[in-house]
Amino acid sequence: MMDKYTRLQVVGIYAAIFVFLLFMLLPFIEMFMTSLRPLSHLFRSPYTFWGSDFTFEAYSKMWTTVPLLGRYIVNSVYIAGMVTAITMVLVVPAAYAYARLDFPFKSASLSVFLGVNMFTGAVLLIPLYRVLRTLGLLNTYWAMIVPGVAFLIPTGIWLLRSYLEKIPRELEEAAYVDGASRIYTLRRVVLPLAVPGLIVVGVSVFIGAYAQQFLFAITFNQERAYQPLPAGLFEFIGYQSVNWNEMMAAALVGVLPVMVIFLFLQKYLVAGLTAGAVKE
Amino acid sequence: MADMTVEAGAAAPTTMPRRLSEGWFAWALIAPAMLFIGVIVAWPLAETLRLSFTDANLGGEHWVGWANYQALWDSSPFAQTIGRTFYWMVLSVCLKLILGLIGATLLNAAVPGRGLFRVLVMPPWVIPIAIGCIGWLWLYNGHFGMLAGLAQRWGLIGGPFEFLAYKQSAFYSAIVTDVWVGTPMVSLFFLAAMQGVSRDLYEAAWVDGAGRWYRFRRITIPQIMPVIVSMALLSAIWTFNSFEVIWILTQGGPRGATTTLIVDTYKTAIGNYKFGEGAARAVVIVVLLASFSLIYLFFLNKVNRKYGVK
Repeated sequence: MMDKYTRLQVVGIYAAIFVFLLFMLLPFIEMFMTSLRPLSHLFRSPYTFWGSDFTFEAYSKMWTTVPLLGRYIVNSVYIAGMVTAITMVLVVPAAYAYARLDFPFKSASLSVFLGVNMFTGAVLLIPLYRVLRTLGLLNTYWAMIVPGVAFLIPTGIWLLRSYLEKIPRELEEAAYVDGASRIYTLRRVVLPLAVPGLIVVGVSVFIGAYAQQFLFAITFNQERAYQPLPAGLFEFIGYQSVNWNEMMAAALVGVLPVMVIFLFLQKYLVAGLTAGAVKE
Repeated sequence: MADMTVEAGAAAPTTMPRRLSEGWFAWALIAPAMLFIGVIVAWPLAETLRLSFTDANLGGEHWVGWANYQALWDSSPFAQTIGRTFYWMVLSVCLKLILGLIGATLLNAAVPGRGLFRVLVMPPWVIPIAIGCIGWLWLYNGHFGMLAGLAQRWGLIGGPFEFLAYKQSAFYSAIVTDVWVGTPMVSLFFLAAMQGVSRDLYEAAWVDGAGRWYRFRRITIPQIMPVIVSMALLSAIWTFNSFEVIWILTQGGPRGATTTLIVDTYKTAIGNYKFGEGAARAVVIVVLLASFSLIYLFFLNKVNRKYGVK
């Protein structure tokens, strides 16, 4: 058959996949290996890849070295969760409008949203800092939530719109014929059908929100108690010594929440994310 | 409001009022998101433009006209920074596209275990960039990191090598990390595009005796070209704006070797509190990216037409 490979080809494919995955996973391997090394072993020359003194000690000691570590992880999840909730509330109606309705300035306003993708927070930091100061949001959770939402709205609208376009129109038309209002149709007919799409978009917004916290955190928030993990991790640097092994352990533990969510939903996520992009 | 519009539409089913009310309803749905973007993105953008004509700093601000731009125009380090940024972008995007294409092809190969491989490619994209970069920071450590350590043991290098301490090696190390961050997403989109290519095309070519390489070159590549072209633009924008990778690895050093426009802007505005000068740099970024995107979109339309995509 067409797809049949010779044995040599199979070996070649596996070898190439191995190299590719090794590159993708290299930092994680290094982080894990480093987290297992006791500090004394860590700064030992010459380098040894494997040591007999490897322990999981760092995973318990890290909580006392940086007492707020648990809090940072919770903060990260909380900030990402709030960003996701607010983004979804804003994105769902807008995406519906772009998917179904015909109105003046439709494509122009969509380009405005998509144009936002061109800026990262870094370009707008100075005035954004002032806006947040005026609103009294600096050094609060909101300092990280509000800009986070703004930069995820465009992607959210884009993804959800292509999902909503695939829901058959007939159901909505049937509801209109029965005298349902537009809001009622959106709430009771469209949204229940869109649940799988909402999950995909929600999860990708959550992942995006979890990933983008660093810049907003180091710029808009000085309050240690509100710091998310990516910024909080740098506290392992600057105590008496740099506890690299504990920092790596904390980093690995800190990404567990997103990794777990990702692993459970990856199948839908990957399919949903790419569906919109590939269709056109 | 929504109920009224539907009643009006039902009572007098002419097209005009109905369309009008649809327009109002649509804008009511979009307004909250638009308002949010307006306050958090559009207004700061306008404010950046205004600030770029001032000498704003912690002390206050005065109108200085084009002075900030004049200073940038006259500054040769800034010209170097722009050159470096484009080099950074072109090199990194090319590598991402090539690796993404190779990765997608590998992950598309019909071999057992590919479901698992597809999941294993994703972590760099799923986790916060800042955290991945901490891993790279240690990998690049000249004395205790895995790269220099193993290279020493295998006799590839004579002594410790600090990847991030020298201008050239720091730049290319940062590129490698940036490519690492961006490749999974590119692979994923290419993979999805490849799966969308009709099998009939391949079978027809196969029946005609076309080999794998020929099918890849003459069917796969042209068929997924629109996705390649749009991914190239997206990742060019992201790469141009890539901040965290450089900031965590080198903070723009050593001696400016990894200072791209975005890092320069951040350093000027947030690091040195020169808000006005920083804003001028931000405006330069926006203008460069916008013109780059427009030129590119023009090109994209041509490509799409050539490959028969609407």
